[in-house]
Amino acid sequence: MAKLKPEDLSKIAEKMKQQTTLRAGAGRAKVTVHMGTCGISAGARKVMSALLKLIAEKDVQDVILTTSGCAGLCSKEPMMTVEIKDQAPIKYVDLNEEKTQKIFNKHVLDGKVVTEYALAKGSERVS
Amino acid sequence: MAKEKSTTETNKVYRTQLLICAGTGCVSNQSFKVFDTLKDEIKKHKLEDEVQVVATGCQGFCAQGPIMIVQPEGIFYQMLTVDNVPHLVEEHLVKGRPVEKLMYTPSKDEPAIPKLNDIAFFSKQRLVVLRNRGLIDPEVIEEYIARDGYQASAKVLTSMSPEEVIEEIETSGIRGRGGAGFPTGVKWGLARKSPGDIKYIICNADEGDPGAFMDRSIIESDPHAVLEGMTIGAYAIGSSHGYIYIREEYPLAMKRLHIAIKQAREYGLLGDDILGTGFNFDISVHRGAGAFVCGEETSLIASLEGRTPEPQIRPPFPAQSGLWGKPTNINNVETWANIPVIINRGSEWFASIGTESSKGTKVFSVVGNITNTGLVEVPMGITMREIVYDIGGGVPDGKEFKAVQTGGPSGGCIPESQLDLPIDYEKLAEVGSIMGSGGLIVMDNETCMVDVARYFLDFLKSESCGKCTTCREGIASMHDIISGICNGEGKPEDITLLEDLAETIKDASLCALGGTAPNPVLSTLRYFSDEYHAHINDKKCPAGVCRALINYRIDAEKCKGCMLCTKQCPQDAITGNKKEAQNIVAEKCIKCGVCKESCKFEAVLVE
Repeated sequence: MAKLKPEDLSKIAEKMKQQTTLRAGAGRAKVTVHMGTCGISAGARKVMSALLKLIAEKDVQDVILTTSGCAGLCSKEPMMTVEIKDQAPIKYVDLNEEKTQKIFNKHVLDGKVVTEYALAKGSERVS
Repeated sequence: MAKEKSTTETNKVYRTQLLICAGTGCVSNQSFKVFDTLKDEIKKHKLEDEVQVVATGCQGFCAQGPIMIVQPEGIFYQMLTVDNVPHLVEEHLVKGRPVEKLMYTPSKDEPAIPKLNDIAFFSKQRLVVLRNRGLIDPEVIEEYIARDGYQASAKVLTSMSPEEVIEEIETSGIRGRGGAGFPTGVKWGLARKSPGDIKYIICNADEGDPGAFMDRSIIESDPHAVLEGMTIGAYAIGSSHGYIYIREEYPLAMKRLHIAIKQAREYGLLGDDILGTGFNFDISVHRGAGAFVCGEETSLIASLEGRTPEPQIRPPFPAQSGLWGKPTNINNVETWANIPVIINRGSEWFASIGTESSKGTKVFSVVGNITNTGLVEVPMGITMREIVYDIGGGVPDGKEFKAVQTGGPSGGCIPESQLDLPIDYEKLAEVGSIMGSGGLIVMDNETCMVDVARYFLDFLKSESCGKCTTCREGIASMHDIISGICNGEGKPEDITLLEDLAETIKDASLCALGGTAPNPVLSTLRYFSDEYHAHINDKKCPAGVCRALINYRIDAEKCKGCMLCTKQCPQDAITGNKKEAQNIVAEKCIKCGVCKESCKFEAVLVE
């Protein structure tokens, strides 16, 4: 292992940032893939893998990727919810790898909602 | 030696991280086995590329261990076993449904709390020293660096003079966390000014108080914070070698220290030419010999040199003539772990936390008759009531609070009437206790305070090194007198004799062991004198603890004649027919209490 110089510390920290963001639970954007039984059988796992690959490829540091259960609209699975900080969450439906890629590039990275794949804005009110 | 963890693995992208506690408390509850089962199950579901399992240091909520936090959601799981892991993995990680029955539930009637930050035990805490607990893998240096680790070292070595560092520490107002509360900056300044080419710094990790595990936990969860603090101290004082004096009884902490030192050396963060700045400093680990007195500075130095650990007269102070006769600076683990944060965030920030005289936070281990046993970090100035009730969850089993003992065996007991006291060094001294290193033992109303004083004197009697007559003979005499009181042989003049002895031991003992040894007696006399009088004058133990002063009796009205106690009694001292009230034969009874424990109708009375 090479001996470090002061500036190397920030480089290591930067490299580890994806992980620290995840642990602190604070990112610029949060992508939730709905992985209930219905979602998984409809191909949610592929959506998840595609997202993981995109994050790694583009070296994105400030996006949290997570899962949750069935969103209730089983006929339109796979689904995912994209939530940019301080903006209303958007639900996307009937996803595949190609659509996922487009949503990731346009909405998650660029902040523009991909209306053609979007179901609705917002989430249900919880109690 | 532990297997090395590769750094490439840590740079991979995951969607979820499972942070499972691998502090000593959770490890003794099988958290390593849970860790292995988690990995197996995740593999079974082919999730190993999406979910990472990380073993972290102590997360503090030891009563509920093994515990695990799922990030990024922040879901808190507790009391995990190998058996409930498959269900958890399938439900939460595969199907995305958090498992409610494994979450924290404050009481039977309340709903489970999924989020860590919503649990009162965590939400009232303020983490400075334990800032990385549960967030990093203590065996991977990159994880520490990712959370600003070694930035303070870099800042100090590249842009500050030793005098500036000392001034910064002095302005922060931090005082020694080992117990005495001496201002750390002043201590460093003295060692800096002491003439000499060779100087030493020491980290005191000889945590000897029964029930205390603050230092152990800091090292287990964040060893690099201690190493970085020491590096900064060494630069400020002008030392090139440091020692960590750690208890032999802390194997996990020791293992993580060795791993941390090795990693820091490989990265050039310890050793020669640190960070390319030309500053040299290295650290050795010394295993302690397991005597309470070694926590005292001069005894610790004697032990480090291979001599019998006995305290010495001060002056000369270690800052003038310490290890091998060279100027030496000793600080406790918690003090060292505070240093990098003070440098990174500035002395003003640090001084804004706490009270007028005591700055920053304090780590306490909360044990005894308390619902949430564990390790907590709170800002100075918080009240004891908040720690006991809000964080600690109060006294369990419907019993009442009686007292809290602070400062370890030589601390004092604080009663209910003083619970609203804001905690700092001076306030605790005012009520007859000490901050000590941070052990808090909570006692309920079934605790006899005379018996508590006897227990601590018994500990101190055997831990006195024997050098000073007052400490050696004095503590033993006090112990004899108190034991007599517990056995019903107390005389009214015993109280005055105890007070006289206490003053003499305090005045004529060389070190803090003797100097504080009478505290348990003095503070119980101060707040619970009625219990002493009951023992001495009425020959009664109000709490029903001291065997010579109590009798067991069966309440004929409450007894259903189930004969459970009759069968359980090891002395066959209980007689009676089925479905009739039972009777205890006093001559045969050895007052073991088995009958009381076994009775389902609360019919066994202690008088």
